[in-house]
Amino acid sequence: MGAARLYAAVAAGSFRRYTTYRAATAAGVFTNTVFGLILVYTYLALWDQKPHLGGYDQAQAVTYVWLGQAFLSTLAIGGGGVEEELMERIRTGDVAIDLYRPADLQLWWLASDLGRAFFQLIGRGVVPFLFGALFFPMALPASAARWAAFFAAIVLAMLVGFGIRFLVALSAFWLLDGAGTAQMAWLVGLFCSGMLLPLNVFPGALGEVVRLLPWSSLLQAPADVLLGHADPLATYAFQGAWAVVLFAAGRLLQSVATRRVVVQGG
Amino acid sequence: MQGLRAYRLIAGMWIRSTMAYRASFVMTAVGNFAMTFLDFVTIALMFSQVDALGGYSLSEVAFLYGLSGVSFGIADLGIGSMDRLGRRVRDGTLDTLLVRPAPVLAQLAADRFALRRLGRLTQGALVLGYALATVHIAWTPAKLLLMPVMLVSGAGIFCAVFVAGAAFQFVAQDASEVQNAFTYGGTTLLQYPPTVFAKELVRGVTFVLPLAFVNWLPASFVLGRPYPLGLPEWTAFTPPLVAVACCALAGLAWRAGLRSYRSTGS
Repeated sequence: MGAARLYAAVAAGSFRRYTTYRAATAAGVFTNTVFGLILVYTYLALWDQKPHLGGYDQAQAVTYVWLGQAFLSTLAIGGGGVEEELMERIRTGDVAIDLYRPADLQLWWLASDLGRAFFQLIGRGVVPFLFGALFFPMALPASAARWAAFFAAIVLAMLVGFGIRFLVALSAFWLLDGAGTAQMAWLVGLFCSGMLLPLNVFPGALGEVVRLLPWSSLLQAPADVLLGHADPLATYAFQGAWAVVLFAAGRLLQSVATRRVVVQGG
Repeated sequence: MQGLRAYRLIAGMWIRSTMAYRASFVMTAVGNFAMTFLDFVTIALMFSQVDALGGYSLSEVAFLYGLSGVSFGIADLGIGSMDRLGRRVRDGTLDTLLVRPAPVLAQLAADRFALRRLGRLTQGALVLGYALATVHIAWTPAKLLLMPVMLVSGAGIFCAVFVAGAAFQFVAQDASEVQNAFTYGGTTLLQYPPTVFAKELVRGVTFVLPLAFVNWLPASFVLGRPYPLGLPEWTAFTPPLVAVACCALAGLAWRAGLRSYRSTGS
């Protein structure tokens, strides 16, 4: 019980910390809105040419665009999550302090990332999404149950997202400068999460492969739950399985790293 | 002239420093290339589903993409590091630049000169090469002459956006992300045909923030396409004038910004 309180406090602290970056949040909202605006017109042109592409109608494609903008910073798909801070701490050796704490490294950073993610969802995600809903026809469900199912899928997406980024961050134990791995992870993440184009539009075998990868849990899975395109329970099972695999891998890598690696700094 | 010399010296210093870590340079340059390459992969994926987007074929979109990519690539390579100004204002290191006997603008433009941005420029040039090889253009001397003029003017217009964005950061500091909406957002917008976007948006980027002069208008002349907003044909030849006007305005904004600067004192 005490442990749960500790991690809840870490998450709350992280949430509060992000609330203080007010100008940066406003700037992010503006930028997400502009990018959403550009993307939405390209999608409209695409769906105009080929209605029902990937099984979406035009309103669903529009919804997908604005969901993507709402999730970009929430799930830190293009960077900006706690992994950057963790990598910096590994590089400078400050991670030794984290390891010294009577708390688990992975859970500590998970709590911190969840606090950040919830803030970004509310602070940066909601406004661009509302802007989109106001100016473009969207396919939003009327049933409260569907929205609840959607929010559960977002939480699972947060867990999977952290699972991936924690592995990326731990690479810094060996490489010291994790910038290269982080950049590669963003690239793969942007492409395979469906941030650039919905995964069900990807042609042939490429489409089948990307839909099985963990990144499809991030944007595609919650979007399909909201749009009524996927069965929530099957989606949760898929996301949950990836979360378990990634957390186990993170735990394994963490124990290898902390046993083998000499921490820098003095 | 003194500014150019300062710029050359500082940029040269950063290039030498980059070259001290050659492997890291190669990796980040490749990453930079790959990051922008994904944009084009997205467009190619769209065209795996349709034959035309907004009435433009893949090679025509590639033509727009290449022009936008090269123009922006030049500006980004040259002065793209200027978006660090907000950070320098915040931590007080801008003061160091103020006391040096060289124009602040030149120092800041060359600050952390990032040769890895050649990756983006190369990618734009490759796509432009692909477009020129596949698109059918009835070349005339005027069209040939317009090509280099359009690239240089486009780079000038994007440079003005960067400088104006930096000037805005004197006021906004933390809100440096707003600039991304106009720089990276701008180049993304121009990668797609003007026929895709709503009239008001096209009007905005023609008359308010004249990005349309980077490629949309001159490319309409080269491709022999109808002009956006039904503008007259001579507007295809105005990009140099627009670029000069933009740079002058950005220069004024920069002066105003620098005048209003108050050091943090730390």
